[in-house]
Amino acid sequence: MVAIVDYGVGNLFSLRSSFAAIGQQAVATADPDLLAKADRLVLPGVGAFGDAAAALRQSGLDKAVLKAAEGGKPLLGICLGMQLLLEKSFEYGEHKGLGLIPGEVRPIRQAIPEGLKVPHIGWNALALTREGRACGLFKNTKEGDRVYFVHSYWAASPAPYVLAAAEYGAPLTAAVGRGNVLGVQFHPEKSGSVGLAILRAFCETEVGG
Amino acid sequence: MIAKRIIPCLDVKNGRVVKGVNFKGLADVNDPVELAAFYSASGADELVFYDITASAEGRALFTGVLTKVAATVFIPLTVGGGINTVEDFDRVLKCGADKVSVNSGAIRDPGLIAAAARRYGDQCVVLSVDAKRVDGRYHVFAKGGREDTGLDAIDWVRKGVADGAGEIVLNSIDTDGVKQGFDLEMLSAVCDAVDVPVIASGGAGGVQDFVTLFKTLPKVDAGLAASIFHFGEVAIPDLKQALAAAGVPMRLI
Repeated sequence: MVAIVDYGVGNLFSLRSSFAAIGQQAVATADPDLLAKADRLVLPGVGAFGDAAAALRQSGLDKAVLKAAEGGKPLLGICLGMQLLLEKSFEYGEHKGLGLIPGEVRPIRQAIPEGLKVPHIGWNALALTREGRACGLFKNTKEGDRVYFVHSYWAASPAPYVLAAAEYGAPLTAAVGRGNVLGVQFHPEKSGSVGLAILRAFCETEVGG
Repeated sequence: MIAKRIIPCLDVKNGRVVKGVNFKGLADVNDPVELAAFYSASGADELVFYDITASAEGRALFTGVLTKVAATVFIPLTVGGGINTVEDFDRVLKCGADKVSVNSGAIRDPGLIAAAARRYGDQCVVLSVDAKRVDGRYHVFAKGGREDTGLDAIDWVRKGVADGAGEIVLNSIDTDGVKQGFDLEMLSAVCDAVDVPVIASGGAGGVQDFVTLFKTLPKVDAGLAASIFHFGEVAIPDLKQALAAAGVPMRLI
């Protein structure tokens, strides 16, 4: 069973539906016991980093997520949920993340040339890194497959943890991973068959990476 | 680089797609759920649903349809029509919409965009504008293009973006339905005025009109059309192949 961590941020309807579409039972829950029982966790997120990080801590679910991650349970952060896996963010101030993956969240504006629009919104092509090609999450993904992005901040993470990037005047991190802890900046639940194939691959990842 | 988006638009009345559609292999061509699945499989990059019902019963049917579409089609969904309050945003977002398009609602309540953007984020708020040339200027029209508001369209989109609209749909009343191509002049003026994605609407008659659009105005992010897709005059896979062959970045499936 896949448990979607429901800490009151955002709408989980599409995410639940997309797991149903690939024949996976997925529940959205705020119950730490259920999160502990689940085979895999998904950490979603929309909105601003500071608000989401605060909501996650206030709900107490940050501990459940950390415990699961440390216990080797596959964890997939999506969009802001991916950014929360990192150490800190500079979105409207400085905020602490879960620190499961080295790196920090920075404004896209400062990383790309003038004239490109922010947010980075739309279908962009995935460039898999060596680590990404070796990662089970992308076993169904081809180089150049397009996925749907909507974000104004990006995850700057050291090379070994970057699984994929999307070119937007600069290579913006599209996926990160460290063992069983995985994150995607794009929305697999809105990325058509390519996205569903990535969710399917996540459901087939081995415990421990 | 980001792909240019091709977006079919479906008008829904009392839970059914209006305007005749004619596709082989579709059992019920007025079923929004079936059409959405068809377009998604054809390579549509996003779908826009406009609720053109006025009644409460129609609204309820619309949200029911939207829920079913969102449960079966996994590409971005934009919803417009009858969006007048932040509660209307809430109503359609709960049913699986990703973005909400406001038009007359933003004219009636100039605070709507800012309030919605604050609650749901800029990326969620689309300002849809029906504009027409009047005395050498572009005027914003309300009520489905029937009423001249006197507002200057360029000022209006600037204000919308300043308030938090994350995207602009520009529908040129001058070219809409004429099928002689998009309104490149008006689109160019809007692209120069704002730095958020601009979606071109109104005037597409064939594949070449999209090629001309994206080649002439690289700042335009997406092309939206209804009848040419619904009547099968332009098949989305053919359109995207032609655009890719012309060097326009496309998502090909």
